[in-house]
Amino acid sequence: MTTTSHSLAIEAKGLRKAYGDRTVLDGIDLAVPAGSIFALLGPNGAGKTTAVKILSTLVTADAGELRVGGHDLASEPQAVRASIGVTGQFSAVDGLITGEENMLLMADLHHLSRSEGRRTAAELLERFDLVEAASKPVSTYSGGMKRRLDIAMTLVGAPRIIFLDEPTTGLDPRSRHTMWGIIRELVSGGVTVFLTTQYLEEADELADRIAVLSNGRIAAEGSAEELKRLVPGGHVRLRFTDPAAYQAAAATLREATADDEALSLQIPSGGSQRELRSILDWLDSAGVEADELTVHTPDLDDVFFALTGGTNLPDQTKETVR
Amino acid sequence: MSTLSLAVRDSSTMLRRNLLHARRYPSLTLNLLLTPIMLLLLFVYIFGDVMSAGIGGGSADRSEYVAYIVPGILMMTIGGTVIGAAVSVATDMSEGIIARFRTMAIHRGSVLIGHVVGSVLQCVASVVVVGAVAVAIGFRSTGATVLEWLAAFGLLVLFSLALTWIAVGMGMASPSAEAAGNSAQPLILLPLISSAFIPAGTMPGWFQPIAEYQPFTPAIETLRGLLLGSAIGDNWWIAILWCVGLTALGYRWSTASFNRDPK
Repeated sequence: MTTTSHSLAIEAKGLRKAYGDRTVLDGIDLAVPAGSIFALLGPNGAGKTTAVKILSTLVTADAGELRVGGHDLASEPQAVRASIGVTGQFSAVDGLITGEENMLLMADLHHLSRSEGRRTAAELLERFDLVEAASKPVSTYSGGMKRRLDIAMTLVGAPRIIFLDEPTTGLDPRSRHTMWGIIRELVSGGVTVFLTTQYLEEADELADRIAVLSNGRIAAEGSAEELKRLVPGGHVRLRFTDPAAYQAAAATLREATADDEALSLQIPSGGSQRELRSILDWLDSAGVEADELTVHTPDLDDVFFALTGGTNLPDQTKETVR
Repeated sequence: MSTLSLAVRDSSTMLRRNLLHARRYPSLTLNLLLTPIMLLLLFVYIFGDVMSAGIGGGSADRSEYVAYIVPGILMMTIGGTVIGAAVSVATDMSEGIIARFRTMAIHRGSVLIGHVVGSVLQCVASVVVVGAVAVAIGFRSTGATVLEWLAAFGLLVLFSLALTWIAVGMGMASPSAEAAGNSAQPLILLPLISSAFIPAGTMPGWFQPIAEYQPFTPAIETLRGLLLGSAIGDNWWIAILWCVGLTALGYRWSTASFNRDPK
């Protein structure tokens, strides 16, 4: 059975990397199917960028069996390079020359013919809305424009696997949504995208599979839905403006978790219509009148904080602190 | 594509990139040209009478000192121009685009080779400019044969290549452009303690071996002999040895730092 390894675009087993005595990646395993979006999620300093640098041949790993695009990273780095495109965290553009010259530089380095290079450059500049800025020096571009140029440059060689290290960090909300659209479009063309992010929303929005990286280890891995199932259920939150009403309600609803500061009560609930109705009926019969009622379902935030050292989880094995 | 044609193709792409930089931002190259030209004019027009008297045992006129100093100034021009290579390599290495190049299936050495060839071309251009100033103030090399001219050109190119690789190594080892500019300073200062301005034989005895065997002196003496017909002696092979040695050293140093994992 060799088919499994062929359908994986990125495969890592026991990936380790340490800088001096500081272990950055402590034996992580990754398996990214071809044609999917994989998000490596983690707080700052978790080792996301190091993982990208290693998988994109920039930095050598200390240990681990690593394959990208079907090629072994250690023995065939040039073959790996030929099948990947990388957009790092800091823009990999040449600020001294124009956007168009940057694109043509990439075309030359991918050994496209002159006419093919010009056509590819023009197409991508158009697609990334950079036609007007094409003849201006890149040093005059805004952050969002530099990012778009960066990705456009990555696409010149039509790579099958694309690494994006925090592609939307530092972008305004509109540019971020544009970037999400671009990433989705890439995958619809069959490309595999490996992205890192510290935004849960982004991973939830884009990724087929998410791995949560914490202290150099994969704390959890799965689809967004699978990860959300890892944390305890949701709750209904009742908020009061009148302290007296709050006190009365808190006295009646003994099973609710009270937050005296915020004048709010939390009642555990899965968030289904039936559960919600029974809560409302119960509130009515108890004569409780809240000013605001919100239903909170577990989201990736809960997973993230739970896994990266926020609240303790009963079902997650925690390392003992030494 | 074979390794060699890949190397040539990618290196020439990188060279085009560096020449584009030099053309868009010529101030660095032009600034570096100022030092040798100013020193040439200073020594000829301000210190000229005293220097000429010293050279010719009291009888020489200024034109003889112009002839004496120009070969040294030309070599100094190379020393100055390669500082630009150190600065631009250090600047480049701090940019994200280098990380992109490293993750592309291009010839590994092309980034540095592009810098080196670009710097050698700039050296030749700078030598032409400074040479033109020298001719304008009265320097003549009419006695030299075509072969000697070609040899002189070859020596200038070889010396440019050697100093460029050293400068590139300095640029690779420097954390910033400023640091690279500082660590490459000796390359323009070294001619001051060579036979560029005064014969090494007129320096204090204990200092003479230093002045005579540092890379600039044999190169300057060889160039002087080729252009003006003075005695070359052993200087030609010492100069070539220096060039080959510095090139090998700079090449090993630069490529080793380039191949090391970036931080």
